[in-house]
Amino acid sequence: MTDLYQTQRAMRNIRRAAMQRGVVAILDIGSSKVGCLILRLENADGAREMDGVGSMAGQSSFRVIGAATTRSRGVRFGEIAVMNETERAIRTAVQSAQKMAGIRVDHVIACFSGAEPRSYGLAGEWELQDSVVSEQDVARVLAACDVPDIGEGREVLHAQPVNFALDHRSGLGDPRGQIGNRLSCDLHMMTVDASVVQNLIYCLKRCDLELAGLASSAYVSGVSSLVEDEQELGAACIDMGGGSTGISVFMKKHMIYADSVRMGGDHVTSDISKGLQVPLTTAERIKTKFGGVHATGMDDREMIEIGGDSGDWEKDRRQVSRTEVIGIMRPRVEEILEEARARLDAAGFDHLPSQQIVLTGGASQIPGLDGLAARILGQRVRLGRPLRVQGLPQAATGPAFSSAVGLCLFAANPQDEWWDFDIPTERYPSRSLKRALKWFKDNW
Amino acid sequence: MRPLTAPRRTVPSQNAVPRRDPAPSRTAYRMQRLWLTPYIRTALRVGLPAFVLTFGFGLYLADDTRRDNLSSVYTDLREKVKNRPEFLVKLLAIDGVSPDLAEAVRTTLALPLPQSSLDLDLEAARAKIAQLSAVGDVKVQIQSGGVLQVTIQEREPAFVWRDAAGIWLIDDTGTRIAEITDRNDRADLPLIAGDGADQAIDQAQQILTSAGPLLPRLRGLVRMGERRWDIVLDRNQRILLPVNQPVLALERLIALDQAQDLLARDVVAIDLRLQARPSLRLAPYSLAEMRRIRGIIPAESDL
Repeated sequence: MTDLYQTQRAMRNIRRAAMQRGVVAILDIGSSKVGCLILRLENADGAREMDGVGSMAGQSSFRVIGAATTRSRGVRFGEIAVMNETERAIRTAVQSAQKMAGIRVDHVIACFSGAEPRSYGLAGEWELQDSVVSEQDVARVLAACDVPDIGEGREVLHAQPVNFALDHRSGLGDPRGQIGNRLSCDLHMMTVDASVVQNLIYCLKRCDLELAGLASSAYVSGVSSLVEDEQELGAACIDMGGGSTGISVFMKKHMIYADSVRMGGDHVTSDISKGLQVPLTTAERIKTKFGGVHATGMDDREMIEIGGDSGDWEKDRRQVSRTEVIGIMRPRVEEILEEARARLDAAGFDHLPSQQIVLTGGASQIPGLDGLAARILGQRVRLGRPLRVQGLPQAATGPAFSSAVGLCLFAANPQDEWWDFDIPTERYPSRSLKRALKWFKDNW
Repeated sequence: MRPLTAPRRTVPSQNAVPRRDPAPSRTAYRMQRLWLTPYIRTALRVGLPAFVLTFGFGLYLADDTRRDNLSSVYTDLREKVKNRPEFLVKLLAIDGVSPDLAEAVRTTLALPLPQSSLDLDLEAARAKIAQLSAVGDVKVQIQSGGVLQVTIQEREPAFVWRDAAGIWLIDDTGTRIAEITDRNDRADLPLIAGDGADQAIDQAQQILTSAGPLLPRLRGLVRMGERRWDIVLDRNQRILLPVNQPVLALERLIALDQAQDLLARDVVAIDLRLQARPSLRLAPYSLAEMRRIRGIIPAESDL
């Protein structure tokens, strides 16, 4: 078992402690903004007793009581580049969210977009000893999955059993208690760069926060912005963030593929900055105010003062037409979408029954993006916003917050992962006390 | 030619400073988290002010002169309020008693008037007045206009009681009211005598009420041996009543008297103590005369 595996198990316990306390912070560490939401979890125990996810897709079990967002510092491509700066950004966001909530949070669930996620599909098979599937059998079939070589310095971030099959019956959600001979499972494993995760853990530790969960932002933004039937029938969520664009493919309510393109809205900004010779802040303003991907005749006449602070009259009086801005932006946006298309093709997205594509994330707010995306990604493209959760401020309901909202849902109803299942008895050290206890538990 | 004045700058980018979003220092961050910790918050919001208040107050009171000042301020204030004319009692009014008793009450109370009503202890004054034997019930109240109103219900003397110590007026409960020098001071009241007469006043009352025809001759009642009554009539005639049911015996005697004119004869005492056998004691002369008439020669004895 790897280091992160142990960390993930420990994080589950911390998460349980946070549920008991009833307050947990959600931290979305992005390249352009760091957002912090504070959730008050209601009937934390009662939620476990309910069947399924409960009313309002499980959102009734929590409420956002504090929300803050701050300009991100020291994060590039969704990875921490400058530890001190990132720590400051996290402190800013956490402090103002705490101030709004009026409560102190110690447990935080974080998501990040970078660290080069890679997806693996794993399969395992297990012959049942007695014909009824027990929890140990589930554990053994998960342990029987042959793990590919994930490479040096990489860690498993998500490992979710996607499908169980018993003999010839496939598509079982929960095989426990069913009768058969041969149990097999499919596991989706997502690995990330270990050093990035370690940096993140260290950074949160320096903020006096305890990490109660870690998720990929591509996954959680898919959770929040895909509607139920899209998740069921197969859809891809493209989360266009500042520094990187996350891609996640959902099928039968499970993530079956995740990837990321290391390009995002910041690259568009820097293109404008370079093309128009303006500072990045001005370029960002021009992008958000006048940006677009389809130029029309009207745009030729719309002149934008781009200014400058050089003192040189000629330079400070510059004007560009909106068409020029669009002309700078469009190739980059196209490039991002094409790259995403390539990733989806490589993953075999066109074999899915439904090929819905949902664009979300801050960069998906470029006017006319859906038209452009439809030409590159196929006809079934829509712009997605995160679904509404209780107590979320109006300012935080845009597509830029889809990963934060998704992380709320993830915190309230986490997907069972590999480390949530029992460890097979054989895997315990032979003289372990735990093994003896386990034997007693199983046999008495 | 180009104008010297530049066109108005409409680009706000130079003026628009990006929103300041300064990161809190690590100390500020920790202090804020500490402040948001519930028990620390409670301690600081409740505990600290309470402590400061208590400590400061204690520190202030630790000095003797300050304590004295405080107490003197308090007493001054009390004095000032107490001595206001609204609270002054200037007059003691005693109602419902004879002048002697009123004088007795005045001397007993010995109130230095005028005095503030806040200093008066009405309960104690009432107890003091109630101690006087002539006082049956007493009400003490302060009325407007600075009057201390004492309303006394005097005990009503019912008997004159003569015992070894002197002559007393007692009421119908047997309580001594006052001493008098002469029985004739209260000739209207019946006389009783003997030890323990005051314990059996009820019986004496009943005997007196049923002694109707005897009343003109009645001199008094004597309590004998603290258990029964003798009726003393003029000419030193005595009627010895029994311990039990004296009234019944008396009524019988009255009937006898009315029938046979018993009491008019020369009888010294009528002994009714034995109900079945009332006996008469004749006067010595009458006895001898009766014997002579009957021809009974008594055996003379030297003894």
